Amino acid sequence: MFRLSCLLLVFPLKGRTLLSILGIALGVALGFAVHLINRAAANELAAGVRTLAGSADLEVRGGRAGFPEALYAQLARLPGVAVASPVLEAEAAIAGGTKSIRLIGIDPLRAALIQPTWFADEPAKRLELLKPDVVFLSSGAIESKTLKIISGLKTVEFQVAGVLEGLRGATALTDIATAQWRLGRLGELNRIDLRLQPGVDREAMQRRIAELLPPGVHVATLDAVEESGANLSRAYRVNLNVLALVALFTGGFLVFSAQALEVARRRQEHALLRVLGLKRGGVTRLVLIEAAALGALGGALGVAIGYGLAIAAARAGGADLGAGFFRGVAPQMDFPAASGLAFLAGGIAVALAGALLPALDAAHAAPAQALKAGDEQRMFGRAVRLWPGVACIGLAVILVFFEPMNGIPVAGYAAIACLLLGGIFLMPWFSEFIFRKIRPNRNIPYTLALAQLRGAPGQAMVSLAAIVASFSLMAAMAIMVVSFRSSVDDWLGAALPAELYFRTSHAGETAWLDAAMEARVRALPQVERAVFLRSARVTLHPARPAVALLARDGLNLQFPVVGKPYQRKDGDPPAAWISEAVADLYGFHPGNEIQIPIANKQSKFIVAGIWRDYARQHGAIVIERAAYAALSGDRRSNDAALWLKLGASAAAVEAALRAMPGGGALDIAAPGEIRTASLALFDRSFAVTYALEAVAVIVGLFGLSSSVGAIVLARRREFGMLRHLGMTRGQIGAMLAAEGGLLALLGVAVGLALGGAIGLILIHVVNRQSFNWSMDLHVPYLLLAALSLALILLASLTAFLSGREATGMGPVRAVKEDW
Amino acid sequence: MNRRDFVLAGLAFPLVTPDYKLQFPRDHGAHPAFRQEWWYVTGWLKTARGEDLGFQITFFRSRLNIENANPSAFTPRQVILAHAALADPRHGRLRHDQRAARTALDLAGSREGATKVWVDDWSLELSEEKYRAGIKARDFSFDLELAPGVSLVLQGDKGFSRKGHKPDEASYYYSRPQLAVSGTANGERVTGTAWLDHEWSSNYMAAGATGWDWCGINLDGGGSLMAFRMRGTDGKTVFAPPGVSFEVLRKWKSPRTGTDYPVSVLVKANEREYLLEPLMDDQEMDVRASTGTIYWEGAVRASQGNRQVGKGYLELTGYWRPMKL
Repeated sequence: MFRLSCLLLVFPLKGRTLLSILGIALGVALGFAVHLINRAAANELAAGVRTLAGSADLEVRGGRAGFPEALYAQLARLPGVAVASPVLEAEAAIAGGTKSIRLIGIDPLRAALIQPTWFADEPAKRLELLKPDVVFLSSGAIESKTLKIISGLKTVEFQVAGVLEGLRGATALTDIATAQWRLGRLGELNRIDLRLQPGVDREAMQRRIAELLPPGVHVATLDAVEESGANLSRAYRVNLNVLALVALFTGGFLVFSAQALEVARRRQEHALLRVLGLKRGGVTRLVLIEAAALGALGGALGVAIGYGLAIAAARAGGADLGAGFFRGVAPQMDFPAASGLAFLAGGIAVALAGALLPALDAAHAAPAQALKAGDEQRMFGRAVRLWPGVACIGLAVILVFFEPMNGIPVAGYAAIACLLLGGIFLMPWFSEFIFRKIRPNRNIPYTLALAQLRGAPGQAMVSLAAIVASFSLMAAMAIMVVSFRSSVDDWLGAALPAELYFRTSHAGETAWLDAAMEARVRALPQVERAVFLRSARVTLHPARPAVALLARDGLNLQFPVVGKPYQRKDGDPPAAWISEAVADLYGFHPGNEIQIPIANKQSKFIVAGIWRDYARQHGAIVIERAAYAALSGDRRSNDAALWLKLGASAAAVEAALRAMPGGGALDIAAPGEIRTASLALFDRSFAVTYALEAVAVIVGLFGLSSSVGAIVLARRREFGMLRHLGMTRGQIGAMLAAEGGLLALLGVAVGLALGGAIGLILIHVVNRQSFNWSMDLHVPYLLLAALSLALILLASLTAFLSGREATGMGPVRAVKEDW
Repeated sequence: MNRRDFVLAGLAFPLVTPDYKLQFPRDHGAHPAFRQEWWYVTGWLKTARGEDLGFQITFFRSRLNIENANPSAFTPRQVILAHAALADPRHGRLRHDQRAARTALDLAGSREGATKVWVDDWSLELSEEKYRAGIKARDFSFDLELAPGVSLVLQGDKGFSRKGHKPDEASYYYSRPQLAVSGTANGERVTGTAWLDHEWSSNYMAAGATGWDWCGINLDGGGSLMAFRMRGTDGKTVFAPPGVSFEVLRKWKSPRTGTDYPVSVLVKANEREYLLEPLMDDQEMDVRASTGTIYWEGAVRASQGNRQVGKGYLELTGYWRPMKL
């Protein structure tokens, strides 16, 4: 019997069925594509770390600033160390372009023992590196016989001796002596690769080495190094995955609405099967199997689309999806069967979850009653209870206050899910309440529509829930993105108060301005005031990415400060202004005394205040340049901000800067240009978000129109009766339009409220915890109003048009149908 | 590398001349101005159980042929390379290891005036008339003391050893045969007899030479035999000291590199013939990671007629690819 009913199940693929499949496919596709790209990028990153680190057991890292080379000799002599290999590496700007390259200075004789694969095909080739100013390039880095990079304000030229297939990304390998000399860093290293003698306890050795290291220098196992590379983009990846989940949720909801209507439509069919001997569980299973088939179809389609999407995205924009995390990484996309199956299973699970309620409802119907016409939509009868919705929303309120787990706002996401579910659970009760409050008037179609909505709330509930779910998510995203963008815009205004900015080069960390250049700039007749900035990187905690240390001339400048600054007292150590990320990640507060490793010494600073920084996700600390120079002896600088004398033209100053020695390589920009470029970058990194949002809106609208249309079609008998009672087709159309409009109005109103709340969670919990930056609330009123109006009109229009179709067959036939 | 190239490179390497008089202990030490130099210890060991082992410990000093104004401590001006090998017939093939490092931060270097050369924890040093060699290799180790039993031998013309037909194709070269060895190999007590060569030059390989055959044999009667020849691309002798010739008796093909080595040879020197047979065939050294080459350096027995008359080492270079120094 069950088999027979399954055979009957070869249902025609109706519009809404197709739509549910597409919805699931979309969710699965997005999730799978994000997963594939991340996996490929992470693999590539890990492989990059592996090839660069070779067979090293431990890595000593000194960040950008590095440490004296004597430390290398000390570690090389340490009993238990088999090989120590010195490294000096830096990101260098390539002269005359916008690219940068990672310049790695090694001792080829030492590296031979740790990275034997680099010259595996011809080991003797590595001796070429012993010649001065020779580099080997990664394949595809640049095609030229020479490599020119910017060091200080000069251009340094290297001879390209060959290409190494083993190197990844844009990388140039050179001798350690060449690197030290040409980068102006004689006597310094910033990495030592260590291989231990066999049988040596790695952890004990790591502890022992850690004790020998000066502040700011850390020793880590390769696994830890790899992990910190992957951590860089984790929050971003999780956010994308959540977006994919939203799409999947939408898909599941479409399944729910489709199945709910299908169950209603086939009530008699199911009842007949029951009469013929099918058990209750059989009916449930039947509906669930149907849903599973939808899920499987959608899932398979989604996996295929996702794979294609991932390949296309990786080809178009590399692995970083526009976010800049994996620069220079060219991922290889393969097809992981296991995760493909997992995503397929996910699609089926979502479809099953969506169909659970309709399936149970179908089984609960008493066959005798169900066989008669007019007994439809009992489903929401038992959902019209207050407590599940209230409980969900209550839980959401509690979850909002949880701390992030491992840097991921798990509770924040859960709160959003609870809020959404709660809202949907509350809808039947709420709509009943609202529609009872609305007074009928003399307008017959309107009054009839209201009566219909009051009388059969369950029927409308499916459409209503669809509207609430998709509209609230859409509104929330719009609020969040607009708030973020406006905050970034405001921040750029506050962070760029000067009239002209210049920096040493477009990228990299090998260029600098010397004191002579600084003096020349200050002496320009057009310049009223010049503020120079030296940027360095310090590691405050070995497991976290390095923090930017910005040493700036004078701290009495305008800051985008948040919260209350600390009033310095006499005898306090020098002031440090920390970005929100530093405050969040390290738990520092204004008034705290903190230690910052500068030039391999711990130096005391007092946290003067917290400022907002959207530029450096891993944190930044601003200190006074004079204090920094005194501690480090480093009097170089990287950036400068210029205020011009009244009447001086920026163009004239730019020309004067260009004419200075080394001025040709400077990157000079007015604040307006920086702002435009920054916002363009912002939009690019949110490109995926925008695209997903657009897709969610479209899915939501289609879902709405299809479910409204389906409901209307299911009521053909009713329209026949109304025509008998003397209503015109126009009046029935108006009645349906009013019904659709009222439904949409309620859905949009609740969706807006819910969306606002979700938007607040996104801003204050999810973003804050993922990226450690705050933002101000900016509500895009006009956009939301336009969307609301469009949704309401669309609902009315669909209902009206479906009504025309449904009333087209003539009243007699419509009433006779089914009898 | 010929003289013209030196001029082009802008670096002046001193040339080897016949009128230089070797003096000791001065000339035990390094001569860093010369292009290359080596201290080459080879010998036979006997374990407490009476098993024969061959061993080789070599330190090379190489001055790079590059003008470099770089003030960095890492600037590669001198490179110290070291090879060590243990030939144990029970193991079947040569165990060997290598080290290479520039003379930076004192992690590798050589001293002038006395034999002292080291790279990381490998070292060779002469003090109080005894050489001490310490090697900690990947899968073996040596801690040996080598005491000279006979006086040193100046090779060639009072230490001026010609390597080609041109006057500057030569080296300064002396040997210390019949060194009495005691110490440990892999922690096991050993005794034996070894040979040390110290040689330095700026133009070791004559134009057209692609490798050489060399042997150093401690004869049982307390005497010593050193013979070599420089080979050309066709395998023929380009240069050999007067009265010296090598005749190939048997070749062995390396299963790893496919290179054929004449591991058994008949050496003629001063009207005498010595048949050299290896302790074991597979004594190939793959030292591409340090000196960029692969060669055969093996313990051999020397016999005349059917009588063993001595033990020593045979070196076969340039068979894998032409040798470049």
